[in-house]
Amino acid sequence: MDLWLTVLIASAISFATKFLGYVVPQSALDHPLTDRVMRYLPVALLSALIAVQALTTGSGDVTIDARAAGLGVAICCLFARAPFLVVVIAAAATAAVLRAFGVG
Amino acid sequence: MSDAATTPDAPTAKSVARKGFWVGVATGAYGISYGALAVTAGLNVWQAVALSLLLFSGGSQFALIGVIGAGGSGASAIGTSALLGLRNGFYGLQVSRLLQETGWRKVVAAQLTIDESTAVSVTQPDRALARTGFWWTGLSVYVLWGAMSAVGAILGNAIGDPKTFGLDAAAPAAFCALVWPRLTTTRARVVAIAAGVIALLVAPHAASGIPVLVAALAAVVAGLLPDRTIASAEDI
Repeated sequence: MDLWLTVLIASAISFATKFLGYVVPQSALDHPLTDRVMRYLPVALLSALIAVQALTTGSGDVTIDARAAGLGVAICCLFARAPFLVVVIAAAATAAVLRAFGVG
Repeated sequence: MSDAATTPDAPTAKSVARKGFWVGVATGAYGISYGALAVTAGLNVWQAVALSLLLFSGGSQFALIGVIGAGGSGASAIGTSALLGLRNGFYGLQVSRLLQETGWRKVVAAQLTIDESTAVSVTQPDRALARTGFWWTGLSVYVLWGAMSAVGAILGNAIGDPKTFGLDAAAPAAFCALVWPRLTTTRARVVAIAAGVIALLVAPHAASGIPVLVAALAAVVAGLLPDRTIASAEDI
């Protein structure tokens, strides 16, 4: 398949997926139970994303490496009420330093 | 979240906009590595940038170029990318209610609905701040992600392995910081941990994209179980 065609089809599917969330009639979600599920959904999806990004290899195996250490440092920073940028930079620096010493 | 307005570090429109901007900067830094990897995988500079502007969902883009780079077919690249992008549809369900946009702004908002804009938006204490957070984050990520993908694609391998700078650890840390303000109730914390555990249990056995979607079960269970401490959904 032509690479441009791949790029364009994938992009079209991506937009369609995003737009679908906007055109589902609000009335379909107005039930109190649905409403509560919807409000927990971003927390669940983002937390799962964090776990996958920090703790799995490309093939899906669970692993503990420099990224996990970075995440641990990030969580400590958050408990200490550090601002967003400090959290992100501390995590990246932790992973970078560990790798510089050949860990993870 | 209802007591946020009384705490000393309560967010203002300015602080939320600033956060959105910095999320864009952090994401843009990751865009450089995306651009470099895209050209290594065999895309040209224009195709790499087109994905950032048209597909605009980091996880899906990395997956697509990963499959292409490994010699996979266009169809499997599209499939993997689509699977990873499904969560954006779920984000849209929640974010569209906060934004209440119509017409062309609805179309633009849909395109900007990604992990980052959703995370900043849904963690705000009220709807006005949620809108500010969404638009500032969405637009700054869009511009900087697109620009930095181009930089990465043009420089190619000259910048070296992004892992050296710990950039792969920056993304999960950023999402953690974004979700953090949302974890004010015990149930929200349980949902976060349960979702992470579910994703890790599923990850070795499923195609990428699936683990995160299965973890949505944590939200379903949390929403359906009765909770006397929650008087209305606003208290979550």
